Amino acid sequence: MAAIHKMAPGLDVTRIRGDFPVLARTINGHPLAYLDNAASSQQPTPVIDAVANYARSHHANVHRGVHTLSQEATALYEGARERVRRFINAASIAEIVFVRGTTEAINLVAQSHGRPRLAAGDEIVVSRLEHHSNIVPWQLLCSQTGALLRPVPIDRRGVVDFDAYLAMLGPRTRIVALAHVSNALGTVLPIADFLAAARERGITTVVDGAQAVPHLPVDVQALGSDFYAFSAHKMYGPTGVGVLHARESLLATMPPWQGGGDMILTVSFDGSTWNHLPHRFEAGTPNIGGAIGLGAAIDYLGAVGQERIAAHEGDLLEYATSRLQAIDGLTLIGTAPQKSSLVSFTVEGIHPHDLGTVLDSRGVAVRTGHHCAMPVMEYFGVPATARASFALYNTRAEIDALHDALLHAIRMLR
Amino acid sequence: MDLADLYRDVIVDHNRRPRNRGRLPGATHSAVGNNPLCGDELRIEVEVAGNVIQDLRFEGSGCAISTASASLMSEAVKGRTREEVAELFGDVHRMLTGDASGASQLGKLAALAGVREFPARVKCASLCWHTLNAALAGSALPVTTE
Repeated sequence: MAAIHKMAPGLDVTRIRGDFPVLARTINGHPLAYLDNAASSQQPTPVIDAVANYARSHHANVHRGVHTLSQEATALYEGARERVRRFINAASIAEIVFVRGTTEAINLVAQSHGRPRLAAGDEIVVSRLEHHSNIVPWQLLCSQTGALLRPVPIDRRGVVDFDAYLAMLGPRTRIVALAHVSNALGTVLPIADFLAAARERGITTVVDGAQAVPHLPVDVQALGSDFYAFSAHKMYGPTGVGVLHARESLLATMPPWQGGGDMILTVSFDGSTWNHLPHRFEAGTPNIGGAIGLGAAIDYLGAVGQERIAAHEGDLLEYATSRLQAIDGLTLIGTAPQKSSLVSFTVEGIHPHDLGTVLDSRGVAVRTGHHCAMPVMEYFGVPATARASFALYNTRAEIDALHDALLHAIRMLR
Repeated sequence: MDLADLYRDVIVDHNRRPRNRGRLPGATHSAVGNNPLCGDELRIEVEVAGNVIQDLRFEGSGCAISTASASLMSEAVKGRTREEVAELFGDVHRMLTGDASGASQLGKLAALAGVREFPARVKCASLCWHTLNAALAGSALPVTTE
């Protein structure tokens, strides 16, 4: 089929692709079509350079040296924190805690905010489409406190049932923890509505924003979330660093989560005193290079423009949906009206892992498996799906490559 | 990397038409194996008389490699003693993890030799063997490849 390589107005994809060195690779003799961005996105040269430049010229420990390098490293690290603050429009840098990633952020909230407050019989509400990282930390908290975890049902499209959610918010509900965007299905929750309902009832809100921040502008003050978590490596930054945004009034009441250097003001055997926010929650030497890389990724997203990225990815989603739907025996899993730029699917008679291997032989990288969302797989009655997830550098030609490789797999294996 | 080496005709055929699939009412041994990463689950039921595998059935959901491997295994082990099965598993394992020199002695099982070029798929091919081992050992714990 002669594909029309239309691009969203204003987004120069050819130039953008030049910013990502890995996209020049060939895999098994084919140009790489990297469609596994929901697992981890690739890094552009400005991010790679920022991390390397820090390692090459400015590395030292932060917050504790009077020497020049330490002051430079501190300025770069704290500069990244200010970039994060602006990126999500947080009220102050005291609300920006650097963590290893979304998973660590949610565990921090569960243990530091949840554990001292929850009692047996209290309730935590999540949805059925959550990633394991927004289920298991709460299960641990439940086993520690006797609290109960309540999942909000989803429908066959992968939409979270808002009425069921409202009905679930009761006098014992203490915490609501929801994905902003589903990693397995792509569903975009009308998160502001969910948060408003919880806020009216005085319930603490936690948002897993890992799949949202790369694709849509997030303003934590407009959303009114108490906690908002995301990871750098899904938004063109490095692995091993992420952000917990926490409302300052809540953070101020929370005990430290981990103890060690950097999170204290004074230590003596008569007792220690805690550092100011947010440093109280950053025990030990942080991932300095990672945070600097995240800052560079935020600059990059800002330079390209998040609205333009969203328009381009919306076009890719529409194109991929129509091309894949036309394949005989292919079923899309996740058909919510508001979706992020990914397609999860099964092909009748072919296991997703076989699809994954055949696609890889054609240079097409997709994720296959349960996507760390086993309750979602259970609901749809499938052991696994294949998932193609798109980023700002993907093209319609790559979706054509996916389509053609799927036909090849079907010819070969069905 | 040659895909045709992984999905050989024998593999594709055993995936499309698995042999010995189903339940075995007269089973003396059984075990369930799973591969949590894939979501694959495999139940193997075996009838052992004396020291010999009289019959075997498997069921579950898995990829082409996992299904074909279970189907090929089911044909290969019938009529063999426990010791012979253990030895065969050793040979298959060597073939899957790098040393294919003995593959020609393995009959139809040699069709799985291409799997060693795809490290992510080795556990797909070996799940059925680990599960059979557990069944014969009388292990009550679910087997996992992780």
